Amino acid sequence: MKGILKLAYKLLVNDKAKFTALLIGITFAVFLMMFITSMFMGVLNHASATVVNVGAPVWVMDPSVQAITSSIGMPNYVLDAVRSIPGVKFAVPLYSGTALVKLHDGTYQAASVLGLDDTSLYGRPVLTAGKIENIYADNGFIVVDDAEYRKLESPRIGTTFELNDHRAVIVGVAKVTISGLFGLPTLYTTYYRAIQYIPNPRFTISYVLVHPKSSSDIPAIKRQVAALGYMALTKDEFIRKNAAFFVFQTGAGTNILIMTLISFIVGLSISGQTFYTFILENLERFGALKAIGTRNRQLVTMILFQASFTALTGYGLGVGLCTLLVYLAKLRLASYAAMITYPSLLVSFVMVVIIAAISSYFGVRRVLQIEPFDIFRG
Amino acid sequence: MPGAAIKANGLGKWFGEGEAKTMAVRNVDLEAGFGEMIYIVGPSGSGKTTLLSVLSGILRPNAGKVEVEGIDIWNLNADQLADFRLNKIGFVFQDYHLFPRLNTAENVAIPLFLRKKDWDESIGEATRYLEVVGLKERANLPPVKLSGGEQQRVAIARAMVGQPDILIMDEPTASLDGDTGHAILKFVHENILRADRCIIVVTHDSRIYEFASRILKMEDGRLTVTQNDASLLQKG
Ligand SMILES: Nc1ncnc2c1ncn2[C@@H]1O[C@H](COP(=O)(O)OP(=O)(O)OP(=O)(O)O)[C@@H](O)[C@H]1O
Ligand SMILES: [Mg+2]
Repeated sequence: MKGILKLAYKLLVNDKAKFTALLIGITFAVFLMMFITSMFMGVLNHASATVVNVGAPVWVMDPSVQAITSSIGMPNYVLDAVRSIPGVKFAVPLYSGTALVKLHDGTYQAASVLGLDDTSLYGRPVLTAGKIENIYADNGFIVVDDAEYRKLESPRIGTTFELNDHRAVIVGVAKVTISGLFGLPTLYTTYYRAIQYIPNPRFTISYVLVHPKSSSDIPAIKRQVAALGYMALTKDEFIRKNAAFFVFQTGAGTNILIMTLISFIVGLSISGQTFYTFILENLERFGALKAIGTRNRQLVTMILFQASFTALTGYGLGVGLCTLLVYLAKLRLASYAAMITYPSLLVSFVMVVIIAAISSYFGVRRVLQIEPFDIFRG
Repeated sequence: MPGAAIKANGLGKWFGEGEAKTMAVRNVDLEAGFGEMIYIVGPSGSGKTTLLSVLSGILRPNAGKVEVEGIDIWNLNADQLADFRLNKIGFVFQDYHLFPRLNTAENVAIPLFLRKKDWDESIGEATRYLEVVGLKERANLPPVKLSGGEQQRVAIARAMVGQPDILIMDEPTASLDGDTGHAILKFVHENILRADRCIIVVTHDSRIYEFASRILKMEDGRLTVTQNDASLLQKG
């Protein structure tokens, strides 16, 4: 390693107390930022659970739909019209709504109900028990075994209950990629049973799920659907729309932004202060180096190296700590809504770089002001 | 080596303005040759440290000129001046300024690191210098584990490791007991002083005068007398 860098490294790391304090500051800040943004990403991810679980590449909906949960019914002709658009391989209806389940102890539990197209069962979940065909059996429902499963008293195949005053019987247990955000257990049934059992306004198609012949057909499909007065979104667009709804319409985004900023400021003040104190305590050393004949640029290099080394180590520790915690939390709570994503990693990284830059800026300024004569005079 | 090691003319240095103005160095002329070990003595506050700093490229004078090996040092830019100090001058600071978080060998190697030398190579060279000052077996200890005299020798090793032509020592014996101080200066006189080196020592300590080739007396910013050691010693 280049001599002065290792020198800078030793001056930093051999000062164990200061270095530890610095690392704790940065690690803590990174951890907070990572954790908050990861929680948020997790929440956003769960907000689009149905979109991911059903998995259709294109979703047709009323243009005023803001999020998957607030679907607006569309008349049946929309389904036929979409089916006749060139480039559409097939299109099926999806029902998405909420029903009240009366439990055996007499209490009620809300559940979200997805009604799959009767002929194709498009968007069906993966079953861990039972057969998918049994969904056609009288009163057949499939229950999703996710974190909310217990709210329905952990039903098994054959369990019966009342759903909106209709008899319902569990014919299968499914698992899904992402569980929902809203604390409701999920039931699957057929489209027709869903609209039979659940009271609805005039129009009952929540979404039309479209499979295009090829992805190059999607722009044309979107135009044709728009001409019908409806809106077609790709899966990713719909996920982003759901996320945007949470970020911009619910206030969650602002809160997350504020909390991220607070952890940034806390991290900056702890680490910045500690680093500056470190520089101040070593002023005499930097002064001696200057007197001996260190160029200013070399001093700047040393300080930048110290700041970035601390920042990067702290970043690594912070990310590690956050990952560990999320992992442990997920062991205990499968649906734990936190997700470490590249945006979180990037945001915290940028914040850490800014912290290092600001801290070293003040350190550098102070060190460049040292008069070697003052050191020489003692 | 031809020519003077250091040649200064009309040096002036003052601090502050108006009422508070202190004339630390007044119109000093000085010439130091290679092979010389020159002492600057004088009462506290007479400007010795200031003069030393001006001569060694640490403190810019308000008047006059300093030539070191023919180079007008106060005409150099900041980087050139830093390089000049690094390559031409070895400094032994009054309170050593050893780095407590580095071990002895690392302390000595600092000027080599600054010269962009590789770490291991620098440590090797530093260890050889520690051997010269008799502290090889202390190479891995931090400075706090060393006695005052040993620390002083580490400081000397650090000043000399880059093989500078000029060694500057400000009060080298101030924090040492008499015998140790004497031994250190004896060591410098016997081992560091060479025909191609120039050593300038600022001191109050008359017990080490015997190693001086010349003693310059400073008073109130002026160099007043130039004497040889014998006459000063007689004065007592
Ligand atoms: N940075 C400064 N600002 C103001 N005055 C200064 C400064 N540095 C030195 N002086 C003044 O200049 C004069 C000479 O100081 P200097 O340190 O050179 O004396 P000295 O001979 O080395 O003294 P000592 O033997 O005590 O070390 C003193 O009066 C001192 O107060
Ligand atoms: Mg002095």
